Amino acid sequence: MTAAAPLEVKSLTKTFALGSAVRRARVHAVDDVSFELRPGTITALVGESGSGKSTVARLLAHLYEPSSGSVLFEGNDVSHVRKRRDVLRYRSQVQMIFQDPFGSLNPVKTVRHHVERPLRIHKIVPSDQIEQRVHELLRRVGLVPPEDIAAKYPHELSGGQRQRVSIARALAVEPKVVLADEPISMLDVSIRIGILNLMSKLKEEHGIAFLYVTHDLASARYVADDILVMYAGQIVERGPIEDVLAAPLHPYTRLLLDAVPDPATKTEAQQIELRTGDASAAVDPTEGCRFRARCPLAIEVCSQITPTLVEASPRQAARCHVTAPAT
Amino acid sequence: MTILVEQPSSSRRQTGLLELRGLAVEYGYGERPARAVDGVDLVVRQGEVLGLAGESGCGKTTIANTVMQILRPPARIAGGSILFEGEDLVGKSKEELRRYRWRNVSMVLQSAMNALNPVMRVGDQFVDAMQAHEKINRKQALARAGELLEHVGIDRRRVNAYPHQLSGGMRQRVVIAMALALEPELIILDEPTTALDVVVQREILQQVDALKRDFGFAVLFITHDLSLLLEFADRIAIMYAGEIVETSSAERLAANPQHPYTQGLLSSFPPLSGPITPLTGIPGSPPDLRDPPKGCRFHPRCPHCVPEQAALYAKQTTERPRLIQVEQGHEVACHLVAEGLL
Repeated sequence: MTAAAPLEVKSLTKTFALGSAVRRARVHAVDDVSFELRPGTITALVGESGSGKSTVARLLAHLYEPSSGSVLFEGNDVSHVRKRRDVLRYRSQVQMIFQDPFGSLNPVKTVRHHVERPLRIHKIVPSDQIEQRVHELLRRVGLVPPEDIAAKYPHELSGGQRQRVSIARALAVEPKVVLADEPISMLDVSIRIGILNLMSKLKEEHGIAFLYVTHDLASARYVADDILVMYAGQIVERGPIEDVLAAPLHPYTRLLLDAVPDPATKTEAQQIELRTGDASAAVDPTEGCRFRARCPLAIEVCSQITPTLVEASPRQAARCHVTAPAT
Repeated sequence: MTILVEQPSSSRRQTGLLELRGLAVEYGYGERPARAVDGVDLVVRQGEVLGLAGESGCGKTTIANTVMQILRPPARIAGGSILFEGEDLVGKSKEELRRYRWRNVSMVLQSAMNALNPVMRVGDQFVDAMQAHEKINRKQALARAGELLEHVGIDRRRVNAYPHQLSGGMRQRVVIAMALALEPELIILDEPTTALDVVVQREILQQVDALKRDFGFAVLFITHDLSLLLEFADRIAIMYAGEIVETSSAERLAANPQHPYTQGLLSSFPPLSGPITPLTGIPGSPPDLRDPPKGCRFHPRCPHCVPEQAALYAKQTTERPRLIQVEQGHEVACHLVAEGLL
């Protein structure tokens, strides 16, 4: 808890314009999001599609510029750095792994090319040691024998192997932070666990701070220490993942948990309420809780005042007037 | 191989709505065609949900396309038969198959929500589908479309909506409603909720469950997500590299999986409650079907296949295991099970 956070975001907000010049609307994709990533910790960021979780990852990767708020890297605000040198320096510390291991590798280049490129761009090792470092990285992500793998092209590898190449490429620059955006959702079921285990190993051996963006609560529980639950652009609950999943405060977290098929606790009567509204609550949001239209606990105040994140139990906070009222 | 007990034809009609016997499907020509489906025996009974689970490339979608009779070259049926209510579909004329599709069997695909025509109102797409199969005027068809939409929990006035005015989950429900339009006996769901969020996924599966009670159709539910099937299917068949390796009731499969592949799949899903134990998944990856491993196709990834056990190893690497009944309604294709070692 006390270890310095390499990456901290404060009141991060990103809006996108939507529609025509006449009927202009704004999507509040990320709205007032604050959290920190600590070394040797995996933080899961969960939510449904459109909740803004990938936008958060992209803001952190410096692929988008925030509308307001800040991204602090080791205490320095990096959200508006523009100079190539500064961007490079930031990216050498904060790396990203993408969902699609088929699309994120160049089909006409070998594995060696992908892994040695960051070594050259960021001048990590002298050029006579590059070969050796490439093999070391491949071994670290479980791609053996590295000599053979390095010479292969992406199409000669399975999906899981490709994702491991992406991870080796991300590790090449010895980053302090790795942003993993749905890294296993396109992989076959039987090889997903291997990638999750690899993330755990890297976290422990190298003290990397991971942000694990996912919609899969079970895999988040397996691998993560902390959880952030997003709904319509806002963080609606955060805390240690075991505490949050054992006793969720926010009704949306509850709904998510109930919706996941869990063979271990298979109960026949586990039925959820069918939803009525379908418009995204993140488009031109009005004052009030964004979940209120779907919420079984909603009371009058929920449509009048936007709830804030309130620490209702030690380290566990929720954005809910009913379960975590502001004092 | 399934042991087919001769039954009087009346009771067969009750049990086997769809029967695949020794089905083989190949892709490509020449010396190395890929056998995506190799000797599959499978029965879907009236009114049941049969789950078919396996990894990508194991042949599960090929089975769906074969049952629907929409295989296209270079895919072709290389052997076996597909019996629907006792009649073989192989060798039927185009017109007979056209009538069979949608009226007897309909299909909902993973990307079905993108299968709707974006420039046509939802109602008109129902009208098209119905008029292709029966004499019905537009007004009647639209009324029926409205009813069907209400069945899947969508306001009947939405017949006037364009697809882009509906959310992804709603579009998927529209497609399910269309699949119901001609009241088929069997609906194939091929990864129907994979592109959707968990909450929407559950809404849709609950809906399918309720519809099944009202309409009484059977479901062939194809997915890579075994945890989903354990909850929604009556029986489950596990497929690996073109073959069925285990079939059983959902309860029994969850409690007592026999095939090492099934065991591996089940231990690939971390639990949402209870203690977290380190999981291993399954090492390696599925084989290339143009050149599948000799003997048991799972042997290169099987933790129980080691050269030290010479006699067993020889069998595992040269002889194809057959499906053997280990208990009423539970069949496994594994040498270990056959030898009584598991």
